[in-house]
Amino acid sequence: MSNVNVKVNGIEVSVPAGSTVLQAARAAGVEIPTLCYLKEINEIGACRICVAEVKGARSLVASCVYPVNEGMEISTNTPKVIESRKTTLELLLSNHKKECLSCVRSGNCELQKLCTDYGIEDAHKYSGAMTHYAIDRSASHMYRDNEKCILCRRCVAACSNVQAVSVIGANDRGFDTHISSAFEKPLAETSCVSCGQCIVACPTGALSERDDTAKVFEALNDPTKHVVVQTAPSIRVALGEEFGCEMGSIVTGKMVAALRRLGFDKVFDTNFSADLTIMEEANEFIQRYTKKENLPIITSCSPGWIKYCEYYFPEMIPNLSTCKSPQGMFGSVAKTYYAQKMGIDPKDIYVVAIMPCTAKKFEAERLDHTAVKGLADIDAVLTTRELARMIKKEGILFNLLPDDTFDAPFGLGSGAGTIFGATGGVMEAALRTAYETLTKENLDDLHIDFNDVRGTEGVKEATYNIAGNEIHVAVASGLANAEKVLKMVKNGEKHYDFIEIMACPGGCVNGGGQPIQPASVRNNVDIRAVRAAALYRDDKSLPVRKSHENPDIKQIYAEYLEKPGSHIAHEILHTGYIARKKY
Amino acid sequence: MQKKISKIPFKGTAEQEEKLKAVIAECKGDKSKLMHVMQQAQGIYGYLPYEVQVMIAEGMDVPLEKVYGVSTFYAQFSLSPKGAYNISVCLGTACYVKGSQKILDKVCEELGVQPGECSSDGMFSVEACRCIGACGLAPVFTVNDEVYGKVTPEEIPGILAKYRNG
Repeated sequence: MSNVNVKVNGIEVSVPAGSTVLQAARAAGVEIPTLCYLKEINEIGACRICVAEVKGARSLVASCVYPVNEGMEISTNTPKVIESRKTTLELLLSNHKKECLSCVRSGNCELQKLCTDYGIEDAHKYSGAMTHYAIDRSASHMYRDNEKCILCRRCVAACSNVQAVSVIGANDRGFDTHISSAFEKPLAETSCVSCGQCIVACPTGALSERDDTAKVFEALNDPTKHVVVQTAPSIRVALGEEFGCEMGSIVTGKMVAALRRLGFDKVFDTNFSADLTIMEEANEFIQRYTKKENLPIITSCSPGWIKYCEYYFPEMIPNLSTCKSPQGMFGSVAKTYYAQKMGIDPKDIYVVAIMPCTAKKFEAERLDHTAVKGLADIDAVLTTRELARMIKKEGILFNLLPDDTFDAPFGLGSGAGTIFGATGGVMEAALRTAYETLTKENLDDLHIDFNDVRGTEGVKEATYNIAGNEIHVAVASGLANAEKVLKMVKNGEKHYDFIEIMACPGGCVNGGGQPIQPASVRNNVDIRAVRAAALYRDDKSLPVRKSHENPDIKQIYAEYLEKPGSHIAHEILHTGYIARKKY
Repeated sequence: MQKKISKIPFKGTAEQEEKLKAVIAECKGDKSKLMHVMQQAQGIYGYLPYEVQVMIAEGMDVPLEKVYGVSTFYAQFSLSPKGAYNISVCLGTACYVKGSQKILDKVCEELGVQPGECSSDGMFSVEACRCIGACGLAPVFTVNDEVYGKVTPEEIPGILAKYRNG
């Protein structure tokens, strides 16, 4: 493609034709602030924060969508531009619930940062009518406070373009425009899949996870409770961001130390139960593949995906793996095997899960197939953000903590378990185990990586020849991508034996419960790739890289579960699904 | 103003459903015809309640939220049924300066509804409208096709009673 030459604030720069003013400015080393723009997700030029002056143009242009052309002269910092941005901010504030001191996003709010940057001195400059909305707290994973909404529509774009769910949108018009669901139904009564991608897209405090930290503090302070915690694979490569660490830092040791200081009786690793999931799922795949039954088998680790399947593709439910997710499997063995081993009444064991995910809060409330009748497998789910909040509240200096290690008997996780956090990771982990089971051969270090299923692309495909069988696999992340794959499977365009689906683009590393990175970061760095790269580094550094070689896994099967797919494994580690109606 | 969503139970007939399905069948596969289908549906049912919007969403393969978003954006779409008697109070300039807001308020008070809503018995619906070209009679309102001019709020109960008892 040809290049065009433009000047940004007098700096000459050559950029590909078709670039926007925003991109050209970036190439010239000039940052233009944005609010509604979210790269590849929401490009609508609506908020007017990114305005710039273009010589000869009738008015200021929205730089995020305005294309450059040869010889264009752009100014991004003239008094006219600054005044315009300032007025836009003052007008946004005129209908904004200004409770910044107690807002969950204080210090991490894009609106707040812009107001500081632009020296907004009077937040009440334009006082007039305000819109009033009740906070929607109906859903088990999040709430929406429309009085803090700036109508940037980033959440709407995430819900419809990225996730193909479309349960929220802009309704009514003019001053009454607001984000809500059809017929103003509470979110819990819609076909929302709880993925939380809207939350991580929101620039303000209008959308946030349901905060369960108080419930966990209460359990920690209850002497009758034995409180154990598990941490999902992708927490260790994201939690550091909340404490100023460079993106992609692996903070496993500090995370364990912090959890111990918070007062958890035992600190366990979800990587262990990810390995357990692989044992069951690889076995389930081999069974179904041999019998040619309910193929393709589709992974069941992502609760956002599960809920999506139940609402949008109920006819595919028989294809879902019946395995509980690693979170669920952990809770199940904690309240059975572990309770027996430790001689503790399961009623007194309180299981907390630290997850990158808001849908895990919903999953924990599914009580149809718990391991112990009448007891939830998981008592509380905290997102990465909530854990960070607890650590800060307790005055724990995270960055100064010495590294600590997980507790037995659920403290060892393999490299296969750790890569669950990235799209393609569950597939790769399952292939490592299925390969060795089917071929009875050892995958050495040169052959253990299944590179075709790695990477942040939305859909990946590969074919592997394992013990004379051609196994066709597909990996999809982001539900709009999942929808594409499933439609191709349904109309016979594609044939797969095994599909991995993660609700969030890039997998759990980019989950709806992960640290929120502002658009200024997301527009320039692929956070999915950086966090995933850390997981693959972690995998490579671990002594055990295959689920079936994990000593803790061998032990639990020897002492309790017998073998993958055994009667007891089915009783406690597998689950069922329900077809749900969208409307 | 936010659109009022009617709580009156949906009473669609099989005949109406058949008509709507025929419209959808004609437009299926072309999402740009959504507005057209919605206009037709409003013609068939008189308004666009939940049940009708779900039929449109499923038939046109468009998320319900998108249908609802369109229905609340355009003034031509209503989420409340029309009553047996539709009262339309003119808030055009001439009527307004002659106090038609007080007429509208009185009608709403008498019927216990907001503008844009239908009374729970399905008898009266109330809406505000722009100039109907009868400024000489200001303030003016219509009940279906009958025009009432130079009215005062005190006359409203009597006029409504006429229809109630009629």
